[in-house]
Amino acid sequence: MAKTKGRGVLKTVEGRISIRLDINGKDQAWKVEPGEYLLDALRREGYKGAKRGCDNGDCGTCTILVDGKPALACMMFAAQAHGRRLTTIEGLGTTDRPHPIQQAFVETGAVQCGFCIPGMVLATKALLDEDPDPDEKAVRRALDGNLCRCTGYVKQVEAALLAAKKLQGGKAS
Amino acid sequence: MSVSDKRDFTVVNHRVEKIDALALACGTAQFTDDVDIRGLLVGRILFSPHAHARIRKIDTAAAKKVPGVLAVLTHEDLPRVRHTTAGQGYPEPSPYDTLVLSEKARYVGDRIAAVAAETAEAAEEALSKIKVDYKVLPAVFDTMEAIQKGAPVIHDEDDSKNIPDAARNICAKFDFEVKESEWFSEADVVIDQWYKTQWAQHCALEPHVTITYIDGDGRLVIRTSTQVPFHCRRITARVLQRPLKSIRVIKPRIGGGFGSKQEVLLEPVCAALTLATRRPVKFELSRKETFVSSRTRHPFVIRLKTGARKDGIITDAHMEVYCDNGAYGAHSLTVMMCSGSHTLPMYQAKNSRFIGRSVYTNLPVGGAYRGFGATQGFFAWESQMDMMAEKIGMDPLDFRRKNYIRSGEGSPVFKAMGEGREGIEQKIGSCGMDECIVKGMEAFGWHEKKQRNRNQTGVKRRGLGCACLMQGSGIPEVDMAAASIKMNEDGSFNLHMGATDLGTGSDTVLAQIAAEVLGVTVKDIIVLSSDTDLTPFDVGAYASSTTFISGNAVKKAALHAREQIVKVAARILDEEPEGVDLRDGKAVGKSGRSCALSEVANTAFYYHDQHQIMGVASHTAASSPPPFAAHFAEVEVDIETGQVTVLGYVSTVDCGTAINPTLAEGQNDGAVLNGLSFALTEEMRFNSAGAMVNSSFRNYKIYSAGDAPPFKTILIPTYEPDGPFGAKSVSEIGINGPQPAIANAVYDAIGVRLFSPPFTPEKVLAALEAKKEGKVLAGAR
Repeated sequence: MAKTKGRGVLKTVEGRISIRLDINGKDQAWKVEPGEYLLDALRREGYKGAKRGCDNGDCGTCTILVDGKPALACMMFAAQAHGRRLTTIEGLGTTDRPHPIQQAFVETGAVQCGFCIPGMVLATKALLDEDPDPDEKAVRRALDGNLCRCTGYVKQVEAALLAAKKLQGGKAS
Repeated sequence: MSVSDKRDFTVVNHRVEKIDALALACGTAQFTDDVDIRGLLVGRILFSPHAHARIRKIDTAAAKKVPGVLAVLTHEDLPRVRHTTAGQGYPEPSPYDTLVLSEKARYVGDRIAAVAAETAEAAEEALSKIKVDYKVLPAVFDTMEAIQKGAPVIHDEDDSKNIPDAARNICAKFDFEVKESEWFSEADVVIDQWYKTQWAQHCALEPHVTITYIDGDGRLVIRTSTQVPFHCRRITARVLQRPLKSIRVIKPRIGGGFGSKQEVLLEPVCAALTLATRRPVKFELSRKETFVSSRTRHPFVIRLKTGARKDGIITDAHMEVYCDNGAYGAHSLTVMMCSGSHTLPMYQAKNSRFIGRSVYTNLPVGGAYRGFGATQGFFAWESQMDMMAEKIGMDPLDFRRKNYIRSGEGSPVFKAMGEGREGIEQKIGSCGMDECIVKGMEAFGWHEKKQRNRNQTGVKRRGLGCACLMQGSGIPEVDMAAASIKMNEDGSFNLHMGATDLGTGSDTVLAQIAAEVLGVTVKDIIVLSSDTDLTPFDVGAYASSTTFISGNAVKKAALHAREQIVKVAARILDEEPEGVDLRDGKAVGKSGRSCALSEVANTAFYYHDQHQIMGVASHTAASSPPPFAAHFAEVEVDIETGQVTVLGYVSTVDCGTAINPTLAEGQNDGAVLNGLSFALTEEMRFNSAGAMVNSSFRNYKIYSAGDAPPFKTILIPTYEPDGPFGAKSVSEIGINGPQPAIANAVYDAIGVRLFSPPFTPEKVLAALEAKKEGKVLAGAR
């Protein structure tokens, strides 16, 4: 049995670990392998928006939010998600009702191949939750861990700034 | 004016939202690996640890016994079919020198065996239990050494085809000369300089990934991240000796390619494992494997000897290139030729000569990469242009303006050099170079900055540099694209095409072209690209061909459908077809009466002269209209540390009519930033045994949002008569500028010239040191 600080004791059944976690507001019970990475577990459970670009913590395409903070799912064991609150891209908005950040990425033309975009959108979410009115420098700092080879980041930075405007407008109204 | 020639656009040239952007931003768009397939096996490859070794024996017995392992394959288990992995038109102008699994190790990363297993762990264990008896051979890692007599011969097999001189490691050659007078007889100044460009990689964020399975009807399905679905089907069928009709290639969303996925790399080996196990198999390269064992930008050694008159006319251009292809000859002839065919016509020298050799070495394999030889060629050319301008005492931009090719002009190079064969004669139909230069200088503040940077002292010195560029738009008389458009009852259309959107936005751009012709919005166009069972043929996404060639095919298909719509509508409106126009989702008659397109479709489906309204068309081009561009860079060089910092960068690009200005800017932005890190940081480095030592994003530095210097793209509109609604290509040209523009800016700042990128602090300091000691600055040789 493994202990996770403040989040109870993890149970192991036939070599697999039972974990409970909140994903996108839904309580889930998973059985994961002891050495399994969170990215593999997420993708196996259908959260395909988290992408595998390097498996090495370098590219940011697997970025999710763990308790509201950006984290790299390829650098966490699945068991470490026990007791945590995870937000994946699937939890942000849908094509019917997109989140203003997703809408901003579409409107500015910030999406080319789109492989980096779920991570980029979530990194933007984490930034705007903390700093609703960032300047360009702050945006670049926040997106620095999310590599993109298509866009040169020009329109993605615009997207994040537009998203900030949209969200502030939303609060005002 | 007919709809074909219209200039008052309603959809084209508008900033329409990319049609797949929302699904991508919501994470619901499906890439190759975003499907769950029951019983999917994991494929893994055993890579050679040696740069050059003969394989005496491979023992797979122990590997096959690992629990969960279903197949272990080596070259002995597969048909011995020499082929090229280059996804080019058939017959491919690359040597047939490759086997799916190699019989001899030719570089660290060569593919020796493949395993399919229930789990990744079992597959890894099996790989560790394959015993390969290697006889290590001497290896060669230097381009120029490889062609010397006595160098190790890398391709000594007797069943390869189209290697011009295997004994000298030459995998492609091309020579050409036009001469109007004695060489250098009219030149007042002559500069003879060597340049050397580096190994670099595409770094698409989605690694190479392929899933293969056998469907319910016994056909082999290949779901793969490819730029070339139809070439992939043809090459896979040939190398596995299966009927082409038994194979279906599906291209889902693609996470970037930049040329790397113009290679048919994983599909044959993945399919072979599916055929061996009758189970679905997935191959997904890790980032390290992608670096080591996929494809690279060919490094070039270039000699440029040019002459010019004092009045600024370029008289002579002797260009000699040695293109390092690594262990196999993918794209060896074409990339090498494009270094000349895309650069030499830019400035019209009376005497032009091109000597090209592509060379085998025991290093990773070169392949198609955005820019495709023009990038390497322009580094040399645009550096040399500044050197010549200085030598004759002329402003570098005035010097370029005196020489660049104008609208209405041709070049003997167009005819002499195509891609892998003779080219075609063509005259430039549109050229916005002058405006590119004028608008670029203005936006950049060239003159103000020049003024401000005078008389610098201090540790940090600023300098300005420029570069002028061209590219092509597809391969004339080679590339073919086709599209079909079928009408639905609600007045929407299914647009099916082989054109391959790999993240570029071509689905959107092509839908805009169709919508413009049909008088609807892109929301009325349902795009399917590409699936070899369902969509018409297209050579695929490469050579900056999609907007120009596939775009023309889509336009023709839409015109074909439009004709049929107009006929039905004319009957409904009781008017002559000639007077019927399509706009706002309606057919509008001369009288002003109109009917909805849904009424037209329903009439055709259910009421009168029943038929399916459907347009089909193909397109090949008789020209390859170059886009033009001008780039401007300001750098700051720290003369104590050697650090080069880009302070500002402006690029202007004439891509004809930008079908979608937002997407066109995005293409150029991405190309320019890739070019900037290619100029300053990116380089695949190898140890003395030929193994790559920086095979991760951490150690192979591509720019992040924080690294990117301020830069700006400006579109310069022209109208290309041969393009769909005036469009030319835009995707590649931007990557050609940063290396020479920055090299020129560094020279302007500190008076030393750099001939081998990336321009690292070490190289800058070494060049400063050499200058201090009064040494003549050495080039590549």
